Amino acid sequence: MIDVGMVSGIRDMIVAKDVHKWFDRLHVLRGVSLTVKSGEVVVMFGPSGSGKSTFIRTINRLEEHQRGTIIVDGIELSNDIRNIHAIRQEIGMVFQQFNLFPHLTVLQNITLAPMWVRRWSREQAEQAAMDLLRRVGIPEQAQKYPAQLSGGQQQRVAIARALAMQPKIMLFDEPTSALDPEMIKEVLDVMTQLAKSGMTMICVTHEMGFARAAANRMVFMDGGQLIEEGTPDQIFQNPQQDRTKLFLSQILH
Amino acid sequence: MTASADTLGPPPTSVGVIGWLRKNLFSTWYNTALTLVSLWLIYTVVGQLLVWTFTTARWEVITANLRLFMVGPFPPEQVWRVWIVLCIVSVLMGLSASVYGGTMRTFAVWLAAAFATLIVLDLIAEQARPFADFARRVAEGGASQFWLALPGMVWLLVNLALLALGWSIGRGRAQWRTALILAWLGSFFVTVALLQGYGKDTWLPEIGTNLWGGLLLTFMLSVVSIVVSFPLGVLLALGRRSKLPAIKIFCILYIELVRGVPLVTILYMTQIMLPLFLPGELRIDNVARAMAAFTLFTAAYMAENVRGGLQAIPTGQIEAAHAVGLNDAQTTLLIVLPQALRMVIPAIVGLFISLFKDTTLATIVALLELLGVGRSVLAQSEFLGLQTEVYVFVAAIFFVFSYAMSFASYRVEEALGVGKR
Ligand SMILES: Nc1ncnc2c1ncn2[C@@H]1O[C@H](COP(=O)(O)OP(=O)(O)OP(=O)(O)O)[C@@H](O)[C@H]1O
Ligand SMILES: [Mg+2]
Repeated sequence: MIDVGMVSGIRDMIVAKDVHKWFDRLHVLRGVSLTVKSGEVVVMFGPSGSGKSTFIRTINRLEEHQRGTIIVDGIELSNDIRNIHAIRQEIGMVFQQFNLFPHLTVLQNITLAPMWVRRWSREQAEQAAMDLLRRVGIPEQAQKYPAQLSGGQQQRVAIARALAMQPKIMLFDEPTSALDPEMIKEVLDVMTQLAKSGMTMICVTHEMGFARAAANRMVFMDGGQLIEEGTPDQIFQNPQQDRTKLFLSQILH
Repeated sequence: MTASADTLGPPPTSVGVIGWLRKNLFSTWYNTALTLVSLWLIYTVVGQLLVWTFTTARWEVITANLRLFMVGPFPPEQVWRVWIVLCIVSVLMGLSASVYGGTMRTFAVWLAAAFATLIVLDLIAEQARPFADFARRVAEGGASQFWLALPGMVWLLVNLALLALGWSIGRGRAQWRTALILAWLGSFFVTVALLQGYGKDTWLPEIGTNLWGGLLLTFMLSVVSIVVSFPLGVLLALGRRSKLPAIKIFCILYIELVRGVPLVTILYMTQIMLPLFLPGELRIDNVARAMAAFTLFTAAYMAENVRGGLQAIPTGQIEAAHAVGLNDAQTTLLIVLPQALRMVIPAIVGLFISLFKDTTLATIVALLELLGVGRSVLAQSEFLGLQTEVYVFVAAIFFVFSYAMSFASYRVEEALGVGKR
């Protein structure tokens, strides 16, 4: 993390100010403000329905916010389709349900966007894809279809697919909660390694081991608001808010 | 003594023919009864049918009118064009058989078998007569008669040879896959151009579509309608989900209007109304109007089928595509449509099969497609009363091609693993 900071200068990658979001009449985000600096790894946690997914989905415009501002690497998210497009190319996203493209092989899943959006040649895209597959530990699965892989392998492909666009930011929405216990570790290992490499990350997860090992900062969300934030040490040892304490006691037993 | 040995013998065999028969056909008394009744029914029906086919039926109504059945009133001296078209198809089939393998190979084998059967039948029926006739005509009329008088059997042999040639050339050339699709598409336009011709006294004089008929017309009607209605239907289905209200409303109106009207009505309407809408100098012939009717009709149903597939795509797919930076058009073309279309292959092929059979409705706007030819043949005095032969023949042809489509659909489904993922 430090080396990235020294090379590019630490700057604000994501600046969200007073973000509001309604689904019809349901007020889901109630003034969320969060700044993430380059190389920072933020773990976001909180009860179900608190708006965690909705918030990180507003960052790459899978959901539209209705009030407040979001600035990603200096570009403000507006209705301008070119801005949205530019921002999406800088952000990789990993979903709870993997969302791999079932009609394409693993390799095609990864090379698709670089070839069609970045206009890379097939050779270049495939070479990069194989490097990524080696990085997530499954180069031998390149020619298989997603349905032929285990959940953990699929999620690692999904991470590789997101990284193939060489994003500056990675968003993870509960990447391990659809996985069987024995597969969770292989995915978390890849994420930890990514965090150590200096990637800017926001992870919605309840894997507290990962948070302790990889996060610079943790934010607790409840009822559409950020209730508390701090370093993992602060959050685990000395949470300030009652709701945070209650929630932590529930998930840590 | 033997009885005791028997009791120690192996249990009744459940493998082999006897075992299979016992297990499947004679397991219980009512199964046995059912089997016997079915056997008797099959024996009588099939027996009668065979007797009729080989002794009673007067197939000369077919053989004498074969050209009519195949090409209708197409000028006999220009029938070589149709043969050339068939030659192109044979080459492409041969190439496809070895380049794609699978279903195409099966089709190529069927086609070869069909050619071979026709050659044998021709030999039995005509023996050397066509060749003698050919020799006489060339001797009398000179070289110009050569192509015109060439016996069908020669053309069949040439086709068989071309099929084999294509097959052997295509071996080990998987890299031709894309080129071959383009070649098939191109052959479609070549076919239309070749059949239509141009000018009056050229080497390829124009033949009005009013002279197209028989199986040729049935094919042209179905192929054109299928090829055009497919993209049209996809566009309508996408338009129906469009965010732009004007496009959306237009598509919904179109689809619902067309689906609410019988095909026959649409056929009549295009015959009468298309000329009213179009400028006077742009005259469209009957066949083109019928093609328009079939296309417009099928496109609406096509759109509804595709819509079903589109709806079945989880939103997560679209979100993932957007998240990696694909724009809306790329998401639709690369992610949504490929998945949606393969889900609805069975429905689409079903639609094409009905379209193929529905082209018989073109008789009511005075087009002589296969069924129409059949009816006009029956109106000839020497063939009165041979309805059964004619209709069995026509039905058999429709069945063969419908079944081929259905077969291809199953094989493609299998290859793509529809329903497995
Ligand atoms: N597309 C939608 N339409 C309407 N309401 C929605 C939609 N998506 C989410 N919501 C609602 O918004 C609220 C926040 O949902 P969100 O998915 O952001 O919560 P979350 O914190 O990610 O919860 P979980 O831990 O269960 O994933 C919930 O009440 C949910 O029902
Ligand atoms: Mg969520």
